[in-house]
Amino acid sequence: MAAFLARRLAQSGLILFIVIFLTYWLMGLMPGDPIDLMVQSNPDLTPADAARLKALYGLDQPIITRFWNWLTQALQGDFGYSRLFGQPVWEVLWPRLVNTLILMLPVVLLSIVIAVPLGLLAARKAYGWFDYTVNLASFAGISVPPFWFAILMIIGFAVTLNWLPASAAPPGDAGLMDHLRHLILPVATLTILNVGTYLRFMRAASLQTLRQDYVRTALAKGVSETRLLTHHVLRNALLPLVTIIALSFGSLFSGTLIIETIFAWPGMGKTIYDSVLGNDYNLAMVGFLLATATTLLGNILADLCYGLLDPRIELEEVKLGG
Amino acid sequence: MAVEYSNPGLPTHDGFWRQFARHRLALLALALVVLLALLALFAPALEMLLGLDAGAADLFNRLAPPSADHWLGTDEAGRDVFLRLLYGGRVSLMVGIIAALLAALLGTMIGLIAGYFGGWPDGFLMRATDAVIALPLLPLLIVLAAVDPQKLGLPDSIAQSELFSLYRIILIISLVGWTTVARLVRAETLSLRRREFVIAARAQGLGSPAILCRHILPNVASPIVVATTLTIGNVILLESVLSFLALGIQPPTASWGNMLNNVQDYLWDAPMLAVWPGLMIFVTVIAFNFLGDGLQDALDPRARR
Repeated sequence: MAAFLARRLAQSGLILFIVIFLTYWLMGLMPGDPIDLMVQSNPDLTPADAARLKALYGLDQPIITRFWNWLTQALQGDFGYSRLFGQPVWEVLWPRLVNTLILMLPVVLLSIVIAVPLGLLAARKAYGWFDYTVNLASFAGISVPPFWFAILMIIGFAVTLNWLPASAAPPGDAGLMDHLRHLILPVATLTILNVGTYLRFMRAASLQTLRQDYVRTALAKGVSETRLLTHHVLRNALLPLVTIIALSFGSLFSGTLIIETIFAWPGMGKTIYDSVLGNDYNLAMVGFLLATATTLLGNILADLCYGLLDPRIELEEVKLGG
Repeated sequence: MAVEYSNPGLPTHDGFWRQFARHRLALLALALVVLLALLALFAPALEMLLGLDAGAADLFNRLAPPSADHWLGTDEAGRDVFLRLLYGGRVSLMVGIIAALLAALLGTMIGLIAGYFGGWPDGFLMRATDAVIALPLLPLLIVLAAVDPQKLGLPDSIAQSELFSLYRIILIISLVGWTTVARLVRAETLSLRRREFVIAARAQGLGSPAILCRHILPNVASPIVVATTLTIGNVILLESVLSFLALGIQPPTASWGNMLNNVQDYLWDAPMLAVWPGLMIFVTVIAFNFLGDGLQDALDPRARR
């Protein structure tokens, strides 16, 4: 277990390092570097001034040198300043990461609470009308453009019915209840979008478990329907679901990016988007890295859960080649 | 040839159509996809027939409700929504199909090499696949879409051209979309290369490229077809998201995604403006997903109910 963890961490570390370098390189390819932007906004600066400034900030150095400088500073905890916010990058990102988690946690919990019983029932009554409806609904869930669905929710509940606010963030002096009221629409939207994936996996896993011999034995012994589902099927079907939940961290980040942008929620996704559009390289860089690191961590977590929940699975990579 | 171990080849079950037709939704989806493709194909003809110009702005007739002239009304610049939907469909379908095919091509090559040769190429390619899968997709696409083409050394004539945003989005989506096909093809190839007909072919002195093309590829075609169909739906979704975020297809070229760019400003005045393009995306994507599901049932006996 420890050896497995160490190898996975090392592997993810290597991927992260390559991603860091590629991202740094990509950021350098975005339109206009900081000095160009300065020159644009200040006509008094001559090309000579610009060249001197570039030398001062090391922007005339080759990419490897610049990357090394950035990395050594970053490792000391200095990620530079955000151009858009005029604050150190970390101070901008930290509260936004918390905001994203505030959005994501209820979504994951609600999705599980909805997907587990529905998936179990759908599998138990496989190919019946209930299963058919659930299947159709989850197909719709993975096919709907998330931003459009969010807009429809706004049209329905904010514009037409006027029940809920159209933005996620209330004005500054709002109380807790007001905050929660603003969060209902984005959380509901993201949950509906997310639940289809969980549901499909829960159904497939339950269906597979229901075909096992021990389920037939339990049924033959006269176990009640409820007990069969909760004690025999659920526990075994949860395994793939846990993996999917851990793996879905990455896609959830993508989902929250859209939802945060539409509902004006100051989270990680919206910050990454705004910083890329606003040429805020320092911020975009660290924001993207944070999203990547979270996703990689989710993947490791998925493997670990797998090993912990099912002792039969050995955490060794199966050698397939040869 | 002396020894002729049979190569099962492409699945030519004569029951393919019968099997496919049993999946009613897939059949319906196929009809829908054909209809959408025809509408997109004949958009210019319909434009002439209606006597309208899809690109013509009419600022005196903004956000008009549906009428005999404008079947679905007009948008915020007074352009005909129905015609722009047709032209948007051209772009969205084209991006979806071309990017999915490119991604499938890339994935097939990577999967074949990894699965057939094994060893370090396999290790390297599969770790790379894992790495791409592990990246947060949308932030990555946003960063890629924001790259300045001139800094990549592309000449102005390409970078400034109207179609550049189209090429770019096709390229970046296929660059991240190949992983599913690569994994499927690798897994199939791995089991195929130990089969008798492959060993026999090798014993007869056939080279690796010939074995891959003649013996392996036809046998991995089914999963590729299924995965590519499902990828088309996903690509159309991704294109719409990026275009909605103003990083995909650039106006004035219409795509279903960028038609939703500004709708949030008009939700109170013309909510239907936001409904149509999204509905088109939704219907198209779900059609491709059902189509893929039906193809899987028909092509892969193991997945059959």
